[in-house]
Amino acid sequence: MSSSVKWDWSLANEAFPDILKAFLEVTLLVTVAASILSALLGLVWAVALRELPGPLSKVLGWLLGVIRMTPLPLQLLIVTYGIVTPQGWLAHLDGPDQLNHRLMIIGIVVFAVHYSTYMAESYRAGIESLPKGQWEAATALSLPQSRTWRVVIIPQALRATLPSLGNWAIAMFKDTPYLLAIGVIEMVTQARQIGGDHFDYIEVFTIAGLIFLVASYPTAILMRRLEKKLAY
Amino acid sequence: MPTDKTDGAGAPDLSKQSGAAVQTGPDFDGNGRPRIAFEDVSKQFGKNVVLNDLNFNVAKGERVTLIGPSGSGKTTILRLLMTLEELSGGFIYVDGDPLTHRKNDAGKRVAMKPKEISVIRKRIGMVFQQFNLFPNMSVIENITEAPIHVLGQSKDEAREKAKKLLDQVGLGDRAEEHPTRLSGGQQQRVAIARALAMEPEILLLDEVTSALDPELVGDVLGVLRDVANSTDITMLLVTHEMQFARDVSHRVMMFDAGHIIEEAEPDAMFSDPQHERTKKFLQAIL
Ligand SMILES: Nc1ncnc2c1ncn2[C@@H]1O[C@H](COP(=O)(O)OP(=O)(O)O)[C@@H](O)[C@H]1O
Ligand SMILES: [Mg+2]
Repeated sequence: MSSSVKWDWSLANEAFPDILKAFLEVTLLVTVAASILSALLGLVWAVALRELPGPLSKVLGWLLGVIRMTPLPLQLLIVTYGIVTPQGWLAHLDGPDQLNHRLMIIGIVVFAVHYSTYMAESYRAGIESLPKGQWEAATALSLPQSRTWRVVIIPQALRATLPSLGNWAIAMFKDTPYLLAIGVIEMVTQARQIGGDHFDYIEVFTIAGLIFLVASYPTAILMRRLEKKLAY
Repeated sequence: MPTDKTDGAGAPDLSKQSGAAVQTGPDFDGNGRPRIAFEDVSKQFGKNVVLNDLNFNVAKGERVTLIGPSGSGKTTILRLLMTLEELSGGFIYVDGDPLTHRKNDAGKRVAMKPKEISVIRKRIGMVFQQFNLFPNMSVIENITEAPIHVLGQSKDEAREKAKKLLDQVGLGDRAEEHPTRLSGGQQQRVAIARALAMEPEILLLDEVTSALDPELVGDVLGVLRDVANSTDITMLLVTHEMQFARDVSHRVMMFDAGHIIEEAEPDAMFSDPQHERTKKFLQAIL
């Protein structure tokens, strides 16, 4: 009885490498890849919302709203079992590694698309925060629209948006356990499995929690550095 | 002494002028084409009719000051020329070329394509009240961006020209700084250099000193006097600096509710206004 509340160093030592491995190979990889992808996608949405002709822009805005308003685990399930499985992309594979690999790719894409809808909102706010005079000066100089976006609007909007992009990335990081919905073994699931094998969860979840913390902190610092670098 | 209007280039010959104004009314070149022509221009914002069938011409090299009470449509006129506002009716011509709308063969008014508009727009530059420099670029990048990417100048060529312009506006040593580190007056001088770098035929100046601390106004006006004296750029300016307007412009147009109620050479306009509204307006601001 009392053993379940006592800290078991040998279990901690045994579990740590596996948990860390799951963190690096799944949690971190998915987070980093999906963060980059969603930051790019979000920007594409934000620009498209302004550049597309009225009705198309409305449709896009509506689609983004639908994605934003539905739960991430549900989207993982829909894409995996509703779209990808019927296409046969998950059948006849070489083994569990390949399956896991493909599920992870699905995870990255779904995370990226889901969070891109939030990031698009952040970009939109960043773009709208710029004075109208910036657009007008670009027009007065006859800069092409694409050039105006690239060298005038996006660099300035990015600077305004960066803190919130960082927050979305960290939120995404904390959402990675949802990957369990499609059977991807990320860090928390891995920890739970090890804990289950030993009927002892305190060590494994503490380790997982610490890893989250240790990884989030430098990310936050990195974001702040980047912000400073972009300042003028 | 009146400017020689028969000269082929059509621009007032500045060397023959004694500083102050000489020219009244529209002036045309050999082809009968003014630099700027407003033809039956109307502009409304929602139900607010700001301009209604406005007609006027500006000759090549002519410098025209627009005066009039706040809300009389001066800024709107400049913004229509810069294509920052959409014309509600009528036509604007630059050197005889339609700017945003043209008459088709059947005489119907049709909007031009963005590509066609941008060709004509390149002849026009504008300096804004709020400078509108790009804060993410250095001073020299602000100036060279459009010459490189719109006019197709090489980077070296654009930088060399930008340096000359910066010297001209007294900021030769600030090229690599970010505009946010400059005073308002300095920023406005950079904005003037940026507009001039596009080598426009027409320069629009909308209350360019209104956002400045009083002690910084002089430098900016000095730069503009310099531009006026050393180039034959056609200028359309809105300003409350009446001495400056008097010194640099050939003609002053008094606006009220979107209509030109009086126009004259600056000396005549300021010392002997005819219209009651003009008298009142000038009394209030002088
Ligand atoms: N973007 C706009 N939307 C609605 N009304 C506008 C806009 N810009 C100008 N106006 C209106 O047009 C009129 C003329 O304004 P403006 O050209 O700025 O006058 P001025 O420069 O002579 O003070 C004003 O009544 C103003 O309220
Ligand atoms: Mg105005």
